[in-house]
Amino acid sequence: MTDLIQQAESTILQPVGMTVDDIEQVMGGLLSSSIDQADVYFQSSRSESWVLEDGIVKEGNYNIEQGVGLRAVSGEKTGFAYSEELLLPTLLDAAKNVRAIARSGQSGIIKPQQRLIAPVRYQAVDPLESMTQEDKVSLLQSVNRQTRLIDSRVEQVIVSLVGVHETILVASEDGSLNSDVRPLVRMNVSVVVEEKGRREQGSSGGGGRHGYEFFTNDDQAMSYAREAVRLALVNLEAVEAPAGTMTVVLGSGWPGILLHEAIGHGLEGDFNRKGSSAFSNRIGETVASPLCTIVDDGTPENKRGSLTIDDEGVPSQCTTLIENGVLKGYMQDKMNARLMGQKSTGNGRRESYAHLPMPRMTNTYMLAGKDDPGEIVSSVKEGLYAVNFGGGQVDITSGKFVFSASEAYLIKNGKITTPVKGATLIGNGPDVLTKVSMVGNDLAFDSGVGTCGKEGQSVPVGVGQPSLKIDSMTVGGTANA
Amino acid sequence: MPKSVYADPAELDRLKNICSDVLLEAKKQGADEVEVGLNIGQGLSVNARLGEVETIEHHKDQGLGLTVHIGHKKGSASSSDLKPSSIKSMVTAACSIAKHAEVDKFSGLPDTSLMATNFFDLSLHHPWDISAEQAIDIAIECEDAARTYHDDITNSEGAGIQTFEGLRVFANSHGFMHGYPSSRHSLSCSVIGGRAEGMQRDYWYSSARHANDLESAKDVGEKAAERTLKRLGARAIGTRKCPILFSPDVSGGLIGHFISAIKGGSLYRKSSFLLDSLGKNIFPDFVRIHEQPHLKKAMGSAVCDAEGVATVTRDIVSNGILQGYVLSNYSAKKLGMATTANAGGVRNLTVESGDLDFKGMLQEMNTGLLVTEMMGMGVNALTGDYSRGVAGFWVENGEIQYPVEEVTIAGNLLDMYQSITAIGNDIDLRGNTRCGSILINEMTLAGS
Repeated sequence: MTDLIQQAESTILQPVGMTVDDIEQVMGGLLSSSIDQADVYFQSSRSESWVLEDGIVKEGNYNIEQGVGLRAVSGEKTGFAYSEELLLPTLLDAAKNVRAIARSGQSGIIKPQQRLIAPVRYQAVDPLESMTQEDKVSLLQSVNRQTRLIDSRVEQVIVSLVGVHETILVASEDGSLNSDVRPLVRMNVSVVVEEKGRREQGSSGGGGRHGYEFFTNDDQAMSYAREAVRLALVNLEAVEAPAGTMTVVLGSGWPGILLHEAIGHGLEGDFNRKGSSAFSNRIGETVASPLCTIVDDGTPENKRGSLTIDDEGVPSQCTTLIENGVLKGYMQDKMNARLMGQKSTGNGRRESYAHLPMPRMTNTYMLAGKDDPGEIVSSVKEGLYAVNFGGGQVDITSGKFVFSASEAYLIKNGKITTPVKGATLIGNGPDVLTKVSMVGNDLAFDSGVGTCGKEGQSVPVGVGQPSLKIDSMTVGGTANA
Repeated sequence: MPKSVYADPAELDRLKNICSDVLLEAKKQGADEVEVGLNIGQGLSVNARLGEVETIEHHKDQGLGLTVHIGHKKGSASSSDLKPSSIKSMVTAACSIAKHAEVDKFSGLPDTSLMATNFFDLSLHHPWDISAEQAIDIAIECEDAARTYHDDITNSEGAGIQTFEGLRVFANSHGFMHGYPSSRHSLSCSVIGGRAEGMQRDYWYSSARHANDLESAKDVGEKAAERTLKRLGARAIGTRKCPILFSPDVSGGLIGHFISAIKGGSLYRKSSFLLDSLGKNIFPDFVRIHEQPHLKKAMGSAVCDAEGVATVTRDIVSNGILQGYVLSNYSAKKLGMATTANAGGVRNLTVESGDLDFKGMLQEMNTGLLVTEMMGMGVNALTGDYSRGVAGFWVENGEIQYPVEEVTIAGNLLDMYQSITAIGNDIDLRGNTRCGSILINEMTLAGS
């Protein structure tokens, strides 16, 4: 970890002629006797993207961002400013503005700096340098060529490759100084297939906190391609989805977006402190069937949603949200934890230095149950088997949430039958999981594609779940059920 | 009012000089063609909750993006760091990408003759000289108006003011260079009604280029409260087929799907349900959809698009027939057509309305679902298949009966467009799409 701090110093501070002592001075400018919490957050991020379309690598983009965010919190009040200019006088000026949130008070006491050590969840590699430009281009070309060979009905192939290398350095009012170097890569393959004048699409991808070799190892890139083609071909056969309330079986992995929308957002500390969530004041109550245990876990190695430390410098952890159906806890950042008399759970995240931190999910998943996935399907007389999804959304106050199936089949007499067109599923967060009657023994994570939006801020997240049987959910198709 | 730095010719010159430097550097590094966009700006954002200030955020942003073309190969780079040394390495990065990209004969700048030459004033810059304290006072007044509106308003997510002003310069290697300042301000409020077992939340906001054009704090607060109260006691209804009235809150989104489907990128990728639809009847005869990029003080106004091409006032749909696609220079060339000056999107898209106001539209529908909120992204752009979560109100005999939630509506966008039976004159002017409520003859509603 000290190594990470040295890396952050050489990446962010040295090029602009600043030192960690200067950070102490800025912190001094933020603190006054009525400030409960303050932080100085330096971030330097480089990212690139490459896109192949119409058989050629058409373009790429390179982005570099660097800046510092200053925050001071007094009670429930937050002052915030940021700057792209990393100059001491600019930062001291900004600190004065931010500290005005407390309106009065003498200067606070600066605590001596302490460098913290947290267990690392990924290596501090630089994805952009993990492969030559030539190799990035030829990887995309090879995926394109091979994808077109999978099936003659493939008309259009788009392959994208994205890499991010981010370094953060965060100092807090308690003297702690912490740093993280976060790699993140993502690849996506999407295809359009055509047969007898009908066109359909399929898309698949993945990634995590690795270098680009992740995609060349174990034929990973082509596994996305094969999956994209398979999905598109399934869609060629899809008939109208049913409309109405029915039994729904969800596949393992990415369908865990259910948990993210139905449960996750409603259990973020800020909404619960303010009493605006449908889950407010319900700790200890039964909100799911006893078969359900759900956690938010930032610790799995190399996952897209994993963090060594969160953006407030708190080491990530595994937080139990629901245990055997009973609501156990919320996800907290420092401010909401303090105001609720709890401890931060390492969920304080921000999109960048130019955004305020708030409680956000990392990897949210349900633990495996005992049922065989095949038996779950065979227990359903009539219903929907949904295995792939697009995005979702929730109204945390009313509890209503949606998520949109992109691959689903009708179940008839315990058998998976005809594929149906995409349809939105809608439910009520606080009671959808009370209708879970079977939980599979096949827990799986998503492939590393999730991005969560909240109050205009995007952060990478993961989800996971075993196969699930939900006795009743509303399916938004067009056919008579 | 103190003079804004963003209206200062010296500041404009400073940015123009940076852009000139980028163009020179790129040429030096071997680029055939270059374009560069540079934005700077600052803003203040405050939020008050339960009668007290909650956050004060001071924003100050800058960003530069550049694209180079080397022998019909393209690379781009962007950064918030405007130091000369950083700009140089940005150019190097963009050129390196271009050298590794593959030849695309359609890539390149639009023809010089298409560049905007008439830089008339669209009245987009009206800075708001407001201190954090004054902004907080307005936010508190707004939230108070909502919280005291009715006893059933039990909690709040607060009220806020956002104000922003900035300066943008765009230049390219044809010698085109244009810069202009702009501002936008908004006032918003979101409150919660009911108790833990049945809470509802809704909001209202006002936004404008000039602070004087914002709705009053009291009006915004009261509207937010009224909207929340109306939703209390919402319930699901049974699955059925029925008419659907999209309120102005959501009707713009319906038209947005149409615009996405006629964008050049969707067309040349063949991922649109409206391929080869020029000259065809997409909507009923009475529908006219047009672009008005030169409206003074409007949110979407600009004299040129994101590539410097002069914007034009034009009909996209008239008499229900598609008159033109939405094209950038690149997508136009891919399709063998000419750009429609829509790099960066459509501007002040306007859906002509009929004679009916909102009440009239309810009566026109008679019995069906009024949709006021959409959830999720269940739209397949390639097939037009549409399935979304919604909330709204059940209407009988032209009168709102009770609030509805936890239902979906589904159909196919092309069928939906063709079964529009009326468009109201209750136009929402806050955004880039100006559209009244839209009545669709029949869709499938799935519920309890």
